[in-house]
Amino acid sequence: MKILVCISNVPDTTTKIKFTEGNRSIDTAGIQWVINPWDELSLTRALELKDDPANGIKSVTVAHVGPGSSEPTIRKALAIGADDGIRINSESADAYYVAAQLAEVIKKEHFDIVLCGIESSDFNGSMVGGMISEYLGIPSVSAVSGIKIENGQPILIREIDGGKEVVSVPAPFVAIVQKGIAKEPRIAAMRGIMMTRTKPVKVFEPVAAEPLTEITIFEKPAPRTACKFIDAENPAQLIELLQNEAKVI
Amino acid sequence: MSVLVYTENWEGKFKKLTFELVSYASEIAKMVNSSVTAVSIGKVDETELRKLGNYGAAKIISIENNHLSTLDNQAYAIVLGEIAQKETASVIVLSNNNTGKAVAPRLSVRLKAGIGSGVSKLPLSIIPFTLYKRTYSGNAFAHVVIKSEIKILTLAQNSFSLIETGSSATIVKMDIPVDSYLIKTKVNDVHKQTGRILLTDADVVVSGGRGMKSPDNWAPLVELASVLGGATACSRPVSDEGWRPHEEHTGQTGKIIAPNLYIAVGISGATQHLAGISSSRYIVAINTDKDAPIFEAAQYGIVGDAMKVLPKLVTAVKELKK
Ligand SMILES: Cc1cc2nc3c(=O)[nH]c(=O)nc-3n(C[C@H](O)[C@H](O)[C@H](O)COP(=O)(O)OP(=O)(O)OC[C@H]3O[C@@H](n4cnc5c(N)ncnc54)[C@H](O)[C@@H]3O)c2cc1C
Repeated sequence: MKILVCISNVPDTTTKIKFTEGNRSIDTAGIQWVINPWDELSLTRALELKDDPANGIKSVTVAHVGPGSSEPTIRKALAIGADDGIRINSESADAYYVAAQLAEVIKKEHFDIVLCGIESSDFNGSMVGGMISEYLGIPSVSAVSGIKIENGQPILIREIDGGKEVVSVPAPFVAIVQKGIAKEPRIAAMRGIMMTRTKPVKVFEPVAAEPLTEITIFEKPAPRTACKFIDAENPAQLIELLQNEAKVI
Repeated sequence: MSVLVYTENWEGKFKKLTFELVSYASEIAKMVNSSVTAVSIGKVDETELRKLGNYGAAKIISIENNHLSTLDNQAYAIVLGEIAQKETASVIVLSNNNTGKAVAPRLSVRLKAGIGSGVSKLPLSIIPFTLYKRTYSGNAFAHVVIKSEIKILTLAQNSFSLIETGSSATIVKMDIPVDSYLIKTKVNDVHKQTGRILLTDADVVVSGGRGMKSPDNWAPLVELASVLGGATACSRPVSDEGWRPHEEHTGQTGKIIAPNLYIAVGISGATQHLAGISSSRYIVAINTDKDAPIFEAAQYGIVGDAMKVLPKLVTAVKELKK
């Protein structure tokens, strides 16, 4: 079985977000780019599956839609342990556009399991994975918090409201993964870093696809009102305020 | 023309989130001069279905297809897509919960409809169709224009008030056949948590961080949640350490919640934690460090030791409820 992990790069989660003139886009100056945390965990789980030969995973590939300047993101994934990379040479316009590009590549290269993160920490869209599966007309399982292979059959755990289900779907399929899929992201070891230069990265040109959404302007979140402090000796006053001022209890 | 809203049920019953969705859809219907059609998939009896009318649904399409008793993303997208076309839907509303996130993107490609996901407000304008959307995990908000003819919106839970209209709806039973070969998701086993309020449904959440010091210290926190009729949550290190179950982990990499009241106990307020709770209506912080960043996000704060403050809060709430 071949696994594809779709990765996006996002500003490091502690980045203070600033905008460019006119608030039309994010000011990328000084931003530290990292692999989207969910995608990093997907990659980790894919590599864990491959580590056990009994699972029969032939290869783990990463794919990313981005211009040449985002190549370090792919190299980082290769250093962590992916076998090869795919870059679709385009800025990402919106989720619909990005999913169209990834679907096209999956059609050409054939993967059995496609892993996507539940959301990217930049646009918080939760869309790309599901869109890819519909473009390809293959099953998708969402909110996946676990994946294993049993007798050659992928078994998934998906979160439902108030519980979990153990599900199976025939390959090829897209799994949209979230918390629980892997414990800690795998970190690149020296050997991995040395190896990246020898690992292939295929570059594809984008196919025509029309974005359906467009961000016109950004805003800062509204500032919260200042915190009202209550004496630790008299916490009953807090309950009184919550009842009569905030009216939430 | 219609505004279509997918109304999920849980063992035949709707939840507050369902009514939030219908209320939201009705307000949008007013903006676009059309009416709301609610779609229910699964066995829901008529009394329950009628409740949707009270929040503004004009028509309710009920599909009891046995094939669809478990969620198959592809099959659900096919069914909703077909109804959207029948009803000439211009806007489709789903919840931003697990089901909505599973189905909406597939529907988007099927109908070539742009998505605004996780919205918490009505559109800023209809022409162009502009949404207000949380981005960068709450560190920025964006105006997003959807350019396609059909628009799909997923509504963040607990973000829109219920609006009762007192009106009633017509119920239409429909059967949308789906080829069984298209239903590929097989559920082998189900584990349900019972008897507790779900974190995502709770109006009040009491959450503990590393400042709670030890898993043995949780009793007063759990009790506070219980006397307030709320749920318990925790920060990531707490669930990583195994002090509390993973379902309680809130934050950027855990659950994103928006209760009316979030009480953070012994939580420093790291940006990744705030990403999961910043949409709460009120945030209360209890922390020994007066400079902890959580106080910048909170409206009410107590600088003090959790172990001393929590029991006093429990007593105060019990007094109040007497
Ligand atoms: C990619 C990434 C994703 C992440 N995602 C998440 C996420 O989803 N959710 C999340 O929570 N974190 C997340 N984190 C971790 C986050 O950065 C913080 O490390 C974490 O939130 C800190 O948890 P905490 O507040 O419980 O602990 P700490 O930061 O250690 O804070 C403990 C607090 O308790 C206070 N305290 C100590 N003793 C007492 C006492 N007796 N009474 C009252 N207060 C006391 C201290 O003053 C301190 O403020 C993520 C990190 C990364 C890098």
